[in-house]
Amino acid sequence: MTELSAGNTLLLEEEEKTSLEAREFGFWIYLMTDAVIFALLFATYAVLANNSAAGPTSQDVFELSHTAGETALLLLSSLTFGFATIAMTLGRSGRVVFWLIITLLLGICFLAMEFVEFQGMLEKGAGPEVSGFLSAFFTLVGTHGLHVAFGALGICVMIGQVLIKGLTLPVRSRLVRLGLFWHFLDIVWIGIFSVVYLPGVM
Amino acid sequence: MLGRLTIEALPFYSWVAMGGAFVTVAGGVAVFLLITYLRAWKVLWTDWLTSVDHKKIGIMYVVLALVMLVRGFVDALMMRAQQAIALNSEGYLPPEHFEQIFSSHGTIMIFFVAMPFLTGLINIIVPQQIGARDVAFPFLNSVSLWMTAAGAALVLVSLVVGKFSQAGWTGYPPYAGIEYSPGVGVDYWLWALIVSGVGSTLSGINFIVTIVKNRCPGMTFMRMPMFTWTTLCISILIAFAFPALTVVAAQLTLDRTLGFHFFTNGDGGNMMMYANLLWIWGHPEVYILILPAFGIFSEVVATFSRKRLFGYPSLVYATACIALLSFTVWLHHFFTMGSSANVNAVFGIATMIIAVPTGVKIFDWLFTMFRGRIEFHPSMVFTIGFMVTFVIGGVTGVLLALPPADYLMHNSTFLVAHFHNMLIPGALFGYFAGLNYWFPKAFGFKLDRKWGIRSFWFWLIGFYLAFMPLYVLGFMGMSRRMEHYADPNWQPYLVVAALGAICVMIGIACIAIQLIVSARNWGSSRDITGDPWNGRTLEWATSSPPAPYNFAIIPDVRDIDAFHDMKIRGTAYAPSAQYQDIVMPKSTPLGPILGALAFGLGFAFVWYIWWLVALCFVLSLVCVGIRACDDNSDFVLSAADVEKIERARLAQISSADLHDMRDFVPLGEASGEALPGRVM
Repeated sequence: MTELSAGNTLLLEEEEKTSLEAREFGFWIYLMTDAVIFALLFATYAVLANNSAAGPTSQDVFELSHTAGETALLLLSSLTFGFATIAMTLGRSGRVVFWLIITLLLGICFLAMEFVEFQGMLEKGAGPEVSGFLSAFFTLVGTHGLHVAFGALGICVMIGQVLIKGLTLPVRSRLVRLGLFWHFLDIVWIGIFSVVYLPGVM
Repeated sequence: MLGRLTIEALPFYSWVAMGGAFVTVAGGVAVFLLITYLRAWKVLWTDWLTSVDHKKIGIMYVVLALVMLVRGFVDALMMRAQQAIALNSEGYLPPEHFEQIFSSHGTIMIFFVAMPFLTGLINIIVPQQIGARDVAFPFLNSVSLWMTAAGAALVLVSLVVGKFSQAGWTGYPPYAGIEYSPGVGVDYWLWALIVSGVGSTLSGINFIVTIVKNRCPGMTFMRMPMFTWTTLCISILIAFAFPALTVVAAQLTLDRTLGFHFFTNGDGGNMMMYANLLWIWGHPEVYILILPAFGIFSEVVATFSRKRLFGYPSLVYATACIALLSFTVWLHHFFTMGSSANVNAVFGIATMIIAVPTGVKIFDWLFTMFRGRIEFHPSMVFTIGFMVTFVIGGVTGVLLALPPADYLMHNSTFLVAHFHNMLIPGALFGYFAGLNYWFPKAFGFKLDRKWGIRSFWFWLIGFYLAFMPLYVLGFMGMSRRMEHYADPNWQPYLVVAALGAICVMIGIACIAIQLIVSARNWGSSRDITGDPWNGRTLEWATSSPPAPYNFAIIPDVRDIDAFHDMKIRGTAYAPSAQYQDIVMPKSTPLGPILGALAFGLGFAFVWYIWWLVALCFVLSLVCVGIRACDDNSDFVLSAADVEKIERARLAQISSADLHDMRDFVPLGEASGEALPGRVM
């Protein structure tokens, strides 16, 4: 390994650009593999949705108003992440941090509401071990929730990076990828809302 | 504190199991002592385990595959021995141990021999074939390797601590559910699959990006070598199919650990869903194993026939076609489970259609050989053996694709014979051909030819002896996975099959001897030019073993057989006027650390050691977080250093070492006409 000269730093930056481009492409493919996971969890839910085995059915456990609240929080958080991305393109790191914190709070509120929902169902004796329907429900919605939790962790790390390093090229690339992840979770949630909750209460 | 891990987990239930455990532990201790004796720990750690160099990662994958091949083969030998003597008797294996053996045999051969073997060869060769310096994500590559190794370690540990699954390598519930398999065996199986499966998914993503983004100038898609093409196709298959494995394994784990009801008999579970989800991964998986071997055969046939590959575009389209069709046939794995006749018919026809592109390939290889100057190198011999044997397997496959015939053959040894007939010649022979073909590229010296040919003959004859009787036994009504039986007509066939297994054992021994003999003859079998076989594709343009950066100057490609073209034009070994600085990825210990954490996570889950699960999980997150914040993962190799390495290499090569290309100059070129099919 040689000492870093000015020329080498330039070379590293050049390399960084191409490698970041590859990373974005790779991240899209990763999201596709994740989409396959969710697709199969949806398929599982579709197969088991009516297998409530004399336990609580979807009509008994779903509360559309609660779900509407969760949906509003998550959609709003996608919007605020969008604001963070816009602030990034304008190069204003303070605003990026501000909108990331708002997004994080919205995400945490979403997780809290989901926690309350799950808690309530468990108390009503509608846990995942009761029937095939509830197993599929908790797995699908829980996997989405787990993703949101990872995304929230990612936002924390991101906030730290923006504060310490500023909006360097790698930081911006990571922010774009985290944004893709966060918006992807929004799309999955819309799927959950229209495949799980809406038909469930009809 | 230790969950359900107690002293009873040790294998005192059978002498054979204790023997296996002893051999495993002794092997581990021997390796540990050997490395300590050689004082090699530091070198091993800094040069190999923490390396992100795709060639070293590839070599470690292949080593893992070969070690696990021995383990998986011992299982096979034990099964053949048991069935050869178990007429109206118990043989030497207790039933529960026999069940563990057939489960681990399938699991090991698919996940820890075939997958690492092909991933290893891909790692060593594909970046060089496309004229790239590295894979797209070197660190991710290291994580993939160590997750695969962690899965393999879980299977090995199950031999010593606790038991392995008794539910077969497909683990169908409800038998694999907690109600009927309450022990830790199925959990070992599940966690080995989950951990290594995630590693494979990451590998797939890595190679899609590598092949799409990192090709050198002029390397259009229709100029990519066949091995790279098959790699691209299987990487896409991996990215689509392996998530299904993760899902189905996670669901079965939830059923077993937390009392969920995905696949249980009662409370609204649905067992058929398991079969569907498993084979949505499982059927593409067999093509993931076979297609790279097809790529290797294509390279080998062209090189050792001294001809351009016949029908290159048709081979590309056939590969893509097979990849696509592989997702449309999964239901043929459960024709007998009560689907309607129409559903079975659709999947039966879809299955038979796959024979068409496969047939196209066979003819392309035959036409490549036609009027070629064939050299019977071990790789070529494996290729020819494959072509003959694989066609037999294809025919029995089309037979099984008929639902009515499948009703007769279902779960019989006919099926066992069929899929071994596809995977041994179709995958393993390909990997062996690749091993013989690319070994000098990876290590700088050639493998011994004589022992290579010997290993081929023992494998081929052993294969026929071991599996042709199983076809017959299938017709005679013997079902698979039988621990003992009462029909004396079966025994002669089973004895022949056991002899076949012994033959294969000699074949494996020949490979080991080949490696040892070749290493001892290292000096006389050096590969100085980096091109021992007069190769056609770009991987032969690098030195053997290649420099860490592969190509000092990124090549410019004008032809499908890029290197062959460069040699004819005389530009292959021309030194460059000016070398440039090269950016290289730094080694990092995070890969092996993440692998170790994945192993710890799996092991803790198997034994319900919840604090360890939490600890490993949090530490993994921390490692990923550290990596996500790292902006200095590269360093620069200076142009002066590159020049030194390159000049030293070129100085070694005298013109006498180079291949005489006069015979290969196409007539068109001699007459001054433009060559057909060459885009300038």
